[in-house]
Amino acid sequence: MFRYIGQRLLLTVPTLLGVALLAFFMLRLMPGDVVEVMFMGQGSNVPADIIQQEKARLGLDQPITVQFGRWMAGILQGDFGVSMWTGRPISYEIGIRLELSIEVAILSTMLALLIALPLGTLSALFKDTWIDQTIRVVSIAGLAVPSFWLGMIIILSLLSFFHWNPPLTFTPIYQDWKANLSQLIWPALAVGYRYSAVVTRMMRSTLIEVLQEDYVRTARAKGVPERLVVVRHAMKNAMLPVITVTGLEFAFLVGGLVVTEQVFNLNGIGKLFVDSVARADNTMLQSLVLLVSVFYILVNLAVDLLYGLLDPRIRYR
Amino acid sequence: MSAISAPYKVPKRRHPAIAFVVHQPLGAFGLAVIAIMLAAALAANWISPYDPLAVDYGAMLGPPSQAHWLGTDSYGRDVLSRVIHGARTALAVGFLSSLTGSTAGALIGVASAYFGGKTDLLVQRLMDVVLSFPIIVLALAMAAILGKSIHWGIDFNLVIAIATPMVPNVARVVRSSGLAIRELPYIDAARTAGFSHARIILRHIVPNVTAPFLIMLTAFVGQAILLEASLSFLGLGVTEPTPSWGLMLTGAAADFYQQAPWMIVFPGIAISLAVFAFNLFGDSLRDWLDPKLKV
Repeated sequence: MFRYIGQRLLLTVPTLLGVALLAFFMLRLMPGDVVEVMFMGQGSNVPADIIQQEKARLGLDQPITVQFGRWMAGILQGDFGVSMWTGRPISYEIGIRLELSIEVAILSTMLALLIALPLGTLSALFKDTWIDQTIRVVSIAGLAVPSFWLGMIIILSLLSFFHWNPPLTFTPIYQDWKANLSQLIWPALAVGYRYSAVVTRMMRSTLIEVLQEDYVRTARAKGVPERLVVVRHAMKNAMLPVITVTGLEFAFLVGGLVVTEQVFNLNGIGKLFVDSVARADNTMLQSLVLLVSVFYILVNLAVDLLYGLLDPRIRYR
Repeated sequence: MSAISAPYKVPKRRHPAIAFVVHQPLGAFGLAVIAIMLAAALAANWISPYDPLAVDYGAMLGPPSQAHWLGTDSYGRDVLSRVIHGARTALAVGFLSSLTGSTAGALIGVASAYFGGKTDLLVQRLMDVVLSFPIIVLALAMAAILGKSIHWGIDFNLVIAIATPMVPNVARVVRSSGLAIRELPYIDAARTAGFSHARIILRHIVPNVTAPFLIMLTAFVGQAILLEASLSFLGLGVTEPTPSWGLMLTGAAADFYQQAPWMIVFPGIAISLAVFAFNLFGDSLRDWLDPKLKV
């Protein structure tokens, strides 16, 4: 088991190196740099030597390969460097925002599973009836409605029906869980609808497949009550693909949050990403991208390990 | 007395288009919505009641009325006309991005399957790297890097930015179809006949992966419309004054939530409806052409 984990982690090194290379050099192709953006507000009369000075301070005057080498050397020592924009360490900037994004991600996963598991099961059990058709239409709509627009509509309804405005500051859950949840449940809902649609569709299609398996027929033939056939025999076996898709969506939730955080005025990882693009803050962007990829790979690994736990036929050596 | 058996009836063969409508009513509905939107987009200049760019400070933030069915925005521009013209942008960018991404992905997938070995391994690892970026993050970065390149009213760099995240997904699906075809005898025959790689790929393999290609193509049009809306919303997609649904939701629309909800409600419905229609059609097309395909 531990050997397997070790091997898997070792195999991710080339992928991560590829991600780092791609992110680093692609970002350097971006027109304009952080110094230009910084002085944009001051008109065009910034002396050339000040710009040079600023570039030298940020290490932008070095050859691009040297810059890459420095970044890599830093990472190997656990140091992501400093943000070109704020000058504070990147780990600090990400750290203060991570809590919020992770909490929204977990909340929306919980919401999505709460909606998707019963709906997907119903849809599969009543395949081709009006129940199934309705659930299918609702879940296809979930893939179609942009989550940021759903967020706007949620804010709009809260405003017009309850005169409630989303608070501007973030309250951590351990300080005041009521204030925290009443703020974060809405963005979680906006993202969670799409999320639940993805999971519902997977639940439906795998459950339909599993219900045609021989062992389900055997269970029915030997007189197992239908309820137990569905819960113990079918649903248990349908869980694997559902867990995979849940894991993948969870890992990519940061992406979904990029736009939704903007709508709800939340200062999380997604907003940091958009702001950094606007500021051409390359050191921040490259580290964010790398972090997201590491997270994605770790979630993938966790999903694979969960397989072994759920399905005794799968063993890792 | 032997029963006289009923004369053998030849099963009626329906035209495939009619058969599709009968067996996939939801898909047919999606197709109808797409057709209506396409018609509206093509005839935008004739059917929209106002010029989408005409500013009218006398009619700012007007609610839906007889003169302006869907109200007006903060510059007094007619929302209905902007939604109709926005269909142009959405459909053009959506379709072009999906076509570009699917075609590039299909070619990479087929080539990867056909050549196999080290080429395959290298291409697949590269695709893995691209896949480990969230779609919107990759599209955002590409849009920022490429900048703008507008011809005939369409930003082609935006098309490339939206197409890029689709490439690895299509490549993977098409590759797996291609791997099965590669082993078939007629490919060996073509090789023995001394045909070039390009000819074998384009004339013998590509026609046989059209089903997954078409399915991915339609499935991704909806995705592309959604991505275009998100990027425009963030200010990295279509820019003013071009009417775009995503763009209509940003800026002033967000400031006038309560006074002018129609400014955000209708463009959002347009986005949702368009993506919904393409998803319905794409889903049904998959059920119709290749039910086992996992997209």
